[in-house]
Amino acid sequence: MSILNIFRRKTSRQIAKDRLKILLISDRVNCSPEMMELIKNDIAEVISKYMKIDTSNMEIQISKTAGENSRSGKVPVLYANIPILDLRN
Amino acid sequence: MSEVIVVTSGKGGVGKTTTSANVGTGLAEMGKSVVLIDADIGLRNLDVVMGLENRIVYNLVDVIEGNCRLKQALIKDKRHAGLYLMPAAQTRDKNCITPEQMIKLIDSLKEQFDYIILDCPAGIEQGFQNAVAGANHAIVVTTPEVSAIRDADRIIGLLEANEIKKIDLVINRLRHDLIRRGEMMTVDDVLDILGLPLLGVVPDDENVVIATNQGEPLVGKGSMAGQAFYNICKRLAGKEVPFMDFSKNVTIWTRVSGLFRKNLQEERA
Repeated sequence: MSILNIFRRKTSRQIAKDRLKILLISDRVNCSPEMMELIKNDIAEVISKYMKIDTSNMEIQISKTAGENSRSGKVPVLYANIPILDLRN
Repeated sequence: MSEVIVVTSGKGGVGKTTTSANVGTGLAEMGKSVVLIDADIGLRNLDVVMGLENRIVYNLVDVIEGNCRLKQALIKDKRHAGLYLMPAAQTRDKNCITPEQMIKLIDSLKEQFDYIILDCPAGIEQGFQNAVAGANHAIVVTTPEVSAIRDADRIIGLLEANEIKKIDLVINRLRHDLIRRGEMMTVDDVLDILGLPLLGVVPDDENVVIATNQGEPLVGKGSMAGQAFYNICKRLAGKEVPFMDFSKNVTIWTRVSGLFRKNLQEERA
């Protein structure tokens, strides 16, 4: 490990906290991979009506938090990254 | 009306039984009448932590099945007049009783005791459902570790689903030396993640091991953990107690520097 890495290194406290935050979001939502796949297919189908998208490189996941919730003050967000191949009217 | 508190955590080995024993003993020391119920059927341990393992004749399952009267299964504590233990059965399993039977049992104890404290088994199955059924208050015990916090979060969700309105957090086994090096999550980190009101912070203390070896809860005695448990009892009884500063007594340097900033840093490890 170089000296720079020693200074740049995240503490294990921070790593633990970051991992937990992401982990608990998916735990709390309790969303199965099968359901995510169904959501993904439906979104792709709807958007395909309006533009040409790259479904093989499309990503969707539940991540990050925003807004207000009863307990931790945060709610999960559905994140989608959909590459557009061609905008057509 | 008595308070029915379930001590739970999801993960095993984080200190549910130690917390139950010390909170029960501490409340009894404050003059309250307390019954500790070991709800961990098949893997009972509250009796050994309390040092009462040689006095067991009847247990919780005997009462529920009608093999004995309620009073016969209540074991009087060695030191505190108002403190009783209802042991779990050791040779049975968690499925031999139902939540309805637990509620009935708890109802029959309500007239006699100010506090009914249930030591919940680890896990989220039948044993958990039995232990939380009659409770109106939950203490979630966790340690500042990823696995314990994840399980605590799951348990909190289940407690909310069981309509337990009052849920408090106890963070156990905090190591200030690791926190200072940035290698352990702080109290604020855990609170930020779990979002529960804080009832107490108990430092990692070898005296807990010694007390368990001896079968004598250490609450209220000279140790840091004993003091922390006693503070939890006072908060349960409605008193406002500041959180302890565990940064003291860590190294010679912190002791020396502590002299200069004595009043600056009040609490929170």
